[in-house]
Amino acid sequence: MPVIEVEHLRKRYRDVVAVDDVSFTVERGEIFGILGPNGAGKTTTVEIIEGLRTPDGGTVRVLGLDPQRDGAELRRRVGAQLQESELPEKLKVWEAMELYSSFYDRPADWRRLLEDLGLAGRHDATFGKLSGGQKQRLSIALALVGNPEIAVLDELTTGLDPQARRDTWELIEGIRDRGVTVVLVTHFMEEAERLADRVAVIDAGRLVAIDSPAGLVSRLDAGQRIRFRPTTPLDDRILTELPEVRSVERNGGGQVLVTGTGELLQAVVSVLARNHIVAADLRMEQANLDDAFMALTTHEERS
Amino acid sequence: MRRFAKLTLTELKLFLRDPTALFFAVVFPPILLGALGVIPAFREPSEDLGGQRVIDLYVPITVVFVLAMLAISVVPTYLATYREKGILRRLSTTPVRPQSLLLAQLAMGMGMALVAVTLVLGVGVVVYDTAIPEQLLGYLVAFVLAAAASFAVGLLIAAVAPSGKAASGIGTILFFPMMFLAGLYFPREVMPETLRRIGDFTPLGAGVQALQDATTGAWPQPLHLAVLAAFAIGASLAAAKLFRWE
Repeated sequence: MPVIEVEHLRKRYRDVVAVDDVSFTVERGEIFGILGPNGAGKTTTVEIIEGLRTPDGGTVRVLGLDPQRDGAELRRRVGAQLQESELPEKLKVWEAMELYSSFYDRPADWRRLLEDLGLAGRHDATFGKLSGGQKQRLSIALALVGNPEIAVLDELTTGLDPQARRDTWELIEGIRDRGVTVVLVTHFMEEAERLADRVAVIDAGRLVAIDSPAGLVSRLDAGQRIRFRPTTPLDDRILTELPEVRSVERNGGGQVLVTGTGELLQAVVSVLARNHIVAADLRMEQANLDDAFMALTTHEERS
Repeated sequence: MRRFAKLTLTELKLFLRDPTALFFAVVFPPILLGALGVIPAFREPSEDLGGQRVIDLYVPITVVFVLAMLAISVVPTYLATYREKGILRRLSTTPVRPQSLLLAQLAMGMGMALVAVTLVLGVGVVVYDTAIPEQLLGYLVAFVLAAAASFAVGLLIAAVAPSGKAASGIGTILFFPMMFLAGLYFPREVMPETLRRIGDFTPLGAGVQALQDATTGAWPQPLHLAVLAAFAIGASLAAAKLFRWE
């Protein structure tokens, strides 16, 4: 059952079209990624879902509610972590949690939440003294303190170091495991690939694809790529004759690049072995979400 | 209501952790009045002042100083900073409306004003035997209107200032001329007629005169009460129209 339904959503700011005919649904209990380059309209889309902005066209239903008309009910049931939102410098962690939990009728146990988010040790610290990662985790804690059915998290790992980013990812999986539907806005491929069950790719205000990360990758025709350096001279034909191989290229350093499909690695390695050729520095590359994303969102200025 | 009380209490805690604001708005005014009274000439009745002492005149001036500090300097800076840092926006994703934070700031500012004004009046009465307002009802009306006018101007500053720094700058720029016309540098009683006339039409000038009149037993003049009410209503309406939550 979908918890968020977006149909033909449109939003323009003066002469800029921020969201242009975007439609998608989010199912209960999934992590739904919204992926796109900076300025693609991701944040505008989720801000309309949160009821912070009024759409110019289209319909939005969140938990069956109209974010514009039923804002009060929506805010009780949807938690939001906004991009670049701070707290007063001198507000202590526990004070923020206690204050925000007092806003809800049935709040979560905020002490537990702080523990789960690894902030229990910073209970008495003021917001100004927290590290970037800790501020971000506190922000997530505040988004969850109302026991929301949906959590909307916007650019939650921007500015975090790699370790903090990984910790945050685990946390998001933990949130989903509690049954919370998560809408995750990001421009990090790795984040979407790791976390999202499904991803909507938005570019210049338009929805260009919606699928699982693996599904998006498989749409790419790139296939597989193998690179190696042969220790003895190699006749390209022994490779091109293989049905799995599509192309063979060489670069100046004596490196061979083989592209193809199916059991490509198996086929190449065995034909090399039969010809007593050792493949040094053998590496296999598979297309990832990054490649899929680039293929989907390529603009003229990027080409 | 419980939520609003909690918000107000939190704002109060934050104010108490802000040593500069706490000092200038609450600690400094009674010290200022106390220090002025140390000058012997200020404790002598003067015929130029209708038999009053300079220290008597500085009681309402210091009361208005407290209002100006909190309403024109402290609260607008807080509110503009809250907008700048996205705190109002974060609040608008919760069941609490960001307007509540604005009201909580006003409640905190008003509460601290009452504390500071009590200290000022206390220092005056206890140390220098200044008068307890004779026209008590008139004094209360004048104080409430002066506070309403000051906080309304403060809200207007918060509405138009793009950042906390800008609000603090605008507040400071307005503070000195307004306090000048209220008689901080020399009381209205010894001002040239023109300056006093201009002061009549400013919130702090009208406020000082209304408080002064009520202290000596007269009902505040309708002109001053009308000026205060006009600022209270006009500036709040403008603030409500111009205020941006993000």
